[in-house]
Amino acid sequence: MKKGVMRPGHVQIRVLDLEEARKHYVDLLGLIEMDSDDQGRVYLKAWTEVDKYSVILKEADEPGMDFMAFKCLNEAVLDSLAEEIRALGMTVTELPAGDLKDCGRRMQFVVPTGHTFELFATKEQTGKWGINNVNPEAWPRGLKGMQATRFDHCLMYGDDLEGNLTLFRDVLGFDLSEQVIDPEGNRIALFLTASMKAHDVAFIKHPEKNKFHHASFYLDTWQDVLKAADLISMTDTSIDIGPTRHGLTHGQTIYFFDPSGNRNEVFAGGDYHYPDHETVTWKAEQLGKAIFYHDRQLNERFLTALT
Amino acid sequence: MNAQRHFQIQVTNRQQAFSVPEGELLLHAMEKACQQAIQVGCRGGGCGLCKIKVLEGAFHTKRMSKAHIKEHEAEAGFALACRVFPESDLVIESDHFNDLSTQQTA
Repeated sequence: MKKGVMRPGHVQIRVLDLEEARKHYVDLLGLIEMDSDDQGRVYLKAWTEVDKYSVILKEADEPGMDFMAFKCLNEAVLDSLAEEIRALGMTVTELPAGDLKDCGRRMQFVVPTGHTFELFATKEQTGKWGINNVNPEAWPRGLKGMQATRFDHCLMYGDDLEGNLTLFRDVLGFDLSEQVIDPEGNRIALFLTASMKAHDVAFIKHPEKNKFHHASFYLDTWQDVLKAADLISMTDTSIDIGPTRHGLTHGQTIYFFDPSGNRNEVFAGGDYHYPDHETVTWKAEQLGKAIFYHDRQLNERFLTALT
Repeated sequence: MNAQRHFQIQVTNRQQAFSVPEGELLLHAMEKACQQAIQVGCRGGGCGLCKIKVLEGAFHTKRMSKAHIKEHEAEAGFALACRVFPESDLVIESDHFNDLSTQQTA
């Protein structure tokens, strides 16, 4: 049931070298640099997004994800959802407006898998980059690299998937669009959506808490994924796997790493989800095909290389 | 013009050896030589899969994730091969990923 959570709003990613990261996310992925702050953080967006930014880069000693945020319909939703999260016995911290540049207050909490999430409802809207909102042209000139169109979702690894399912489905109003079930009937992967997209966030079972697997960006076509693969080779960027197709969500994909070892994905296509759709199930015995539909086997790195 | 210097890398636990041109990253050179003596992960100092211990030789590194190389480990010769620039021939041990015994503080 929809509870007023709209879409992924932003992700803050820790990097070892800000200049290397800036080059990667701007020149290769094609994100647009929008701002920076007195903490040295850099704010980026993909060109079709209407909000001012969706990716925040921060230099640190340890790569990984600081937090991922969802944008909600309005400020009243923030208060009601914070109340419901607290009723589960979890702590919710309200961060004041302006803590992130040009962003309203944020409700921040740590989910059962140990990852930090936040909800917000207000952020400066600068509109689609390079495109007028009246009689808009098809796309802006001057985009770089892969020309990523939007920040799409994150995948995280952690232990308590059932705890996350209760929180995201029953409290935050996400649907479980797809899942992976082991032979004993336990869920080992959750694909959750607050929209028509196949996933807005996903979790895979892993013994450690709070591990980051990837941040994903949307491209329009399979041809764009192949062009991304060419750019990865041209720039000698660290590749993980692809181009290939996922069984889960059926997206066409390629995985690679930023210069600090955080995994990125760009993908195209994939399934859609309506609230009356039954959850799609993959069985763990077919996990290879579920993750990489063509190879039908996992590379070890996909399971172990995390930040 | 001088020929580029190469350093010999011996991986004792795998009984393998390969050479690294001066100024190249250890793991990058191993992959180019089609050797599999060290696990390859993110190649960016983040995931820890390529954690090694340098037993002999000189090297310097780029910044590495503190989650995988704590200060006392760096002092003991641990490093992530994707961030290591050899400065001499090296004798190393690979397969130290998630080696909890090295993570305890001294």
